[in-house]
Parts: sequence; structure tokens; C-alpha cells
Amino acid sequence: MKEKRNYKILLPLFWETFKLSAFTIGGGYVIVPLMKKKFVEKLGWISEEEMLDFVSMAQSCPGAMAVNASLFVGYKMAGFIGQAVSLIATVLPCLILLTAISFVYVAFASNTVVKAVLTGMSAGVAAVMADVVIGMIGKFIKNKDVISVIIAAAAFVCVAIFKVNIIYILAVACILGFIINSRKKGAGK
Amino acid sequence: MIYLELFLNFIYVGITSFGGGYAALPIIQHTVTKSNEWLTSTEFTDIVTISQMTPGPIGINAATFVGVKTAGVLGGICATLGFVFPACIIVTILAVIYAKYKKSDVMSGMLRGLRPASVGLITSAALSIITVAFFGQELLELTFASVDLIAIVIAVIAFILMKKVKFLSSPIAIIALSGVVGGAAYLIQGALV
Repeated sequence: MKEKRNYKILLPLFWETFKLSAFTIGGGYVIVPLMKKKFVEKLGWISEEEMLDFVSMAQSCPGAMAVNASLFVGYKMAGFIGQAVSLIATVLPCLILLTAISFVYVAFASNTVVKAVLTGMSAGVAAVMADVVIGMIGKFIKNKDVISVIIAAAAFVCVAIFKVNIIYILAVACILGFIINSRKKGAGK
Repeated sequence: MIYLELFLNFIYVGITSFGGGYAALPIIQHTVTKSNEWLTSTEFTDIVTISQMTPGPIGINAATFVGVKTAGVLGGICATLGFVFPACIIVTILAVIYAKYKKSDVMSGMLRGLRPASVGLITSAALSIITVAFFGQELLELTFASVDLIAIVIAVIAFILMKKVKFLSSPIAIIALSGVVGGAAYLIQGALV
């Protein structure tokens, strides 16, 4: 069974992913609020659950989390071609910018205006990250999803305080989720 | 051939960098300053600084920078492609499995656990971004010696604007506006002190 692909999506996919990548400042996780606002809420390309699935799986793969997450979105939107488009759109802003900077990097790194604007931007990024986290945890609490709150809190403590490698955290979460799901099924019977 | 060497070396970096950009840094450093003497240690430190200042994943930025420095623009492209190559293959396999089996018991069970765990990890990332923006350092080594009032004021206003003003609900608009307003504020502060 071959699904019919809508290739009209490729151009918007490229452009939206390009913008997303250009504003992923301050680490891969910044892609989460950007994806949530654009792909989930505004364009309706993916559901919030799917977004979390993509982010989770992206973290479990090697390489850059933000690139991997975009690749999942690309595949969902238009299969392998979508994935290729997403890849180019994610990598291109970095390639252009870093190539330009690599020729003038001393001037760039010590420029006071650049520094001031970037520091200002990181304050904006802080607000955006706070917003997305409050939204996600708020949703768990609203749905009275106690198990999710506990898992999220445990993962947070492990990584923020004990600096556990996230691969172990994700592996344990996988197993826990599997056990919880199968027990719920057993109880339902 | 330098292009092939860059490509292959960054494939190795790509494969070994599990768990976020900073996990890849020591591997990149070893690859470009020890295994291959493409850059000096000082140049590498500059790359890390620049990667923190620019958008995009740190691994990609480092790959681009190393490639361009050693073999021009084409070198940058080769190194970057090498870095993303292993991830592409693994993500493709996972994406196909996900599309096919996401409703299966095993897969949905695993995702049931992964989703909240990811929220926990995102929260941790958010907290460290916020504390670095406000205090210039991570929470654990916080001393409150360098509270950045401008950053706090901008972040609070940005947070409120995002909720109240419709055309500023886009994170991109908020980040760009913070850059302009914050940039001006820091420059004025710098001129006054």
C-alpha cells in the first residue's frame, strides 16, 4: 500500500524548518517551543503527542537532537523526500552562518553589538522555554496524570541534579512505560 | 583526500555523539586536534564559543567550522554531511517503525514512559537556559553575584507579551524582539558604566 504524498507541502516544509533551525539558539531543546507553536498549534502538521514522541526518539539517536527531530517531522509530512528536504533546511542556516563567521570569527566573537543582541536573545529564549515547560507540565496536572508527573519529576532530578546520562534515563523510562501499560491492560481484563 | 577524510571523521563523531551536543564536544576535540591536526586547541575553544553564540546544533556548527577552516566551503559541507549521516540512517529506520507500529502494545508502552521523561529533560534544559540567562551560570554553582537585571526584566515582559499580544505569540518573533530591545539595553548600559 503506497500512500499518496502531497508534494505541495515540500516548499512550506522547507521554509518553516529553515526558520526553525535559524532560531534554535542556545541548544537543541529550544526546538521544542518552536515546534510546538509552529508545527503543532499553528500549522497542525503534527499532534503534541507526536511532537513529544519525535523529541524522545530524536534524543535516543546519535547526533544533534534538533536535526533528528526535524527529520522525524519531514518523514511524517512527505516520506523520504520530506526527510531530505527537512535535512537540508535544518543544516543550511548553520552552514551559511558558520561559513560566513569562520572568515571573520575574531571580529564576530569580540563585537559588542553582536554580544549585546545575543544576550538579549537568550533572555527571550528563557521566556519561551519557561512557557513551553509550564504548558506541558500543566497539561499532565490538568489530566490528573500522576504517573507522567512522577516520571517527569524523576527524569528531571536525575539529569539536573545527579547529571545522569540521558540515554540511561530514556532506557529506564521505556521499560517503565512498557510495564505500566501492560499492567493496565491486565487489570482491565 | 581531505574531503573524504573530513566526511569519514565526522561520521565517526556523528555515531559516537549520543545525548546532546555537549556530549559530542570531547569527541570532536579529540578528532580535530589530536587524531588529525586540523586545528589547534585555541582554535577549538573559539569554535565552542562561537557555537554557543550562534543558532543551530553545536555538532553541526563545529563540523561546518572545522571543514571550512581546513578545506574551504566544500570541506564544511563534507564534514557536516558526515556528521548527520549516521543520524539520518537511524532516524529513518525509527521513523518507519514508528509510522507502522506506534499503536502496537510494545511501542505505545515505551512511548508512554518516554513522553513524560522527555518533558522532564526539557524542563531541566529550560532551567539551565534560564539560570544562565539570568545569572550567567548554572543553578548548582549559583552565587547570585552576577544577577542580570536586564535579562530578567526582558524575559518577564517577553513571557507576558507572548500570552497577551497575538502577533508576538510566535517564539521567533519574541526571540528576535528580545534581541533588538535587549541589545539596545545592554549597549546603553555599557555606555553608562
